[in-house]
Amino acid sequence: MLAALRHRYGILLVLAVIIAALPLVFPSSYYFRVASLVWVSAFAAIGLNILMGKAGQVSLGHAGFFGIGAYAVAIGPTHLGVPPLAAMLLGCALSALLAFLVGRPILRLKGHYLAIATLGFGVLVALVITTESRWTGGPDGMSVMKLTLFGWRASGSDTWYWITGGLLLAGTWIALNLDETPTGRAFRALHDSEIAARVTGINVNRFKLQAFVIAAVYASLAGSALALMNGFVNPDQAGFLHSIEMVTMVVLGGLGSVVGSIVGAAVLIMLPQLLTVFQEYENLMLGAIIIVSMIFMRDGIVPVLSKFMTGWRA
Amino acid sequence: MPEFFQFLVSGLTIGAVYALVALGFTLVYNASDVVNFAQGEFVMLGGMVTVFAHAAGVPLPLAALVAVIVSVVLGLSLYWLAIAPARGASAVSLIIITIGASILLRGAAQIVFDKQFHKLPAFSGDTPVQMLGAAVQPQSFWVIGGTAVMVLLLYVFLERTLLGKAVLATSANRFAARLVGINTTTIMALAFGGSAAIGGVAGILITPITLTSYDVGTLLALKGFAAAMLGGMGNPLGAVAGGLLLGLLEAFGAGYISSTYKDAFAFIVILAVLFAAPQGLFGRRTIERV
Repeated sequence: MLAALRHRYGILLVLAVIIAALPLVFPSSYYFRVASLVWVSAFAAIGLNILMGKAGQVSLGHAGFFGIGAYAVAIGPTHLGVPPLAAMLLGCALSALLAFLVGRPILRLKGHYLAIATLGFGVLVALVITTESRWTGGPDGMSVMKLTLFGWRASGSDTWYWITGGLLLAGTWIALNLDETPTGRAFRALHDSEIAARVTGINVNRFKLQAFVIAAVYASLAGSALALMNGFVNPDQAGFLHSIEMVTMVVLGGLGSVVGSIVGAAVLIMLPQLLTVFQEYENLMLGAIIIVSMIFMRDGIVPVLSKFMTGWRA
Repeated sequence: MPEFFQFLVSGLTIGAVYALVALGFTLVYNASDVVNFAQGEFVMLGGMVTVFAHAAGVPLPLAALVAVIVSVVLGLSLYWLAIAPARGASAVSLIIITIGASILLRGAAQIVFDKQFHKLPAFSGDTPVQMLGAAVQPQSFWVIGGTAVMVLLLYVFLERTLLGKAVLATSANRFAARLVGINTTTIMALAFGGSAAIGGVAGILITPITLTSYDVGTLLALKGFAAAMLGGMGNPLGAVAGGLLLGLLEAFGAGYISSTYKDAFAFIVILAVLFAAPQGLFGRRTIERV
């Protein structure tokens, strides 16, 4: 199984088998729900990893795009009469457009300045969502109409398990393929040294913007999927803490590793569920686990483990 | 005009707290290149420890001292237990560690203390002082004055003492500092302890006005980081200017335009400033070598 993870078809196959096999051991619908949450978060994390891990640009405001996707499928059907699926695509288009417009000036910034600018963008989106309560229901959030396709209603945690699982497979496939394209190579060149990339004739600004838009679309789709699944949205999904959570998933799993993003999302979604047995000690444990794993696996869980495995065998 | 002065005072008061948080960010960043997202938790600790010590019957000045000591001890522990063992990790990994630390400190605070909001009595009573037609809380003078004293102390420390010069040398070039015999590990620990003390003091000063609870740290860290970036990361005076400017923007924005979008003005201005000056207002230009 480890050897399979070296090849992109192998990764995809292993992921498909895991998604298909897990329901066999799930005792209750609660497990379906947690797994669907993992798939959705992993999808968003993979997108953010393209920006952070591949192109080397930080974003501390990505939950803003997640929120736009989520509220698109909430506001579209309720206030504008747009069908949910069309609203999802509209949300995507809006996120992409916004990422394009905001990305042009923002991505000129470097390091921590880029971090604070993206953070500011995220805060602004969350603020608009919280304040324009006539449209968004304000801080209390709003309910989302169920997704219906040709008369078939998507509801129930097992249905959503398969939808989100399929979404994750598609997202993983695209991200893995991207690595092998000229765009993917340009991203990596950009990551290693912006100046060197520029010298070799790579249009640095264009590729940064491309990575930003791709990551925004991923986040927006994940937001829409989560909103449709929950039947409910609230402003926290666009908030600063959610942005931080997304970044933590990417870094904890391993910057630049697609498998890492899935593992990071799984760890960060499942940990709080497991830690609920510790009741009020939950946050304490979560913080401690994040610190300890970053100290001992500073390059992220997946890269460190795979290095360990190959070294061990040789 | 009275309302202009009213907004000015409230902007400077809250801006002074942002300035202190930003100063803590800058001190740690200069010494160790770490952006410490747990900086806001020290403000929370300063307030919470003082509140609980005071409630337990400790006189206020002593309770404040205890709070500063607790903050410093935790700041040093953060460095020795979480940052020092991860030496050599990438900047973003270190940021995640400090985020983990901030979740941990918040989690600890909600167990040791509680989840309620708490208030401290104002240091010199609650009778507003009339100035130029505006009613000013006496506590505002404590906050602004306290911040000025802290900035002055830090300035004297950095410019007039040998240890302070070692901190400056470490910020300028860590490797060169080590070559001339400066123990940079001690300097980094000192920076974490010092920034924790600054955060703790900020928490003690502001709690009589804004109240405190276990989760006030996140927002303060966010604003403090924004202030530090607005001034130009790594510049202590820039951090103070950025903090005051951020406070004023919020106060005037809330007063004259819209109070619901108070946080928006600050970030819109930050975005605008960064578009015009990508290194912040007082930041140094840096050159990247390939």
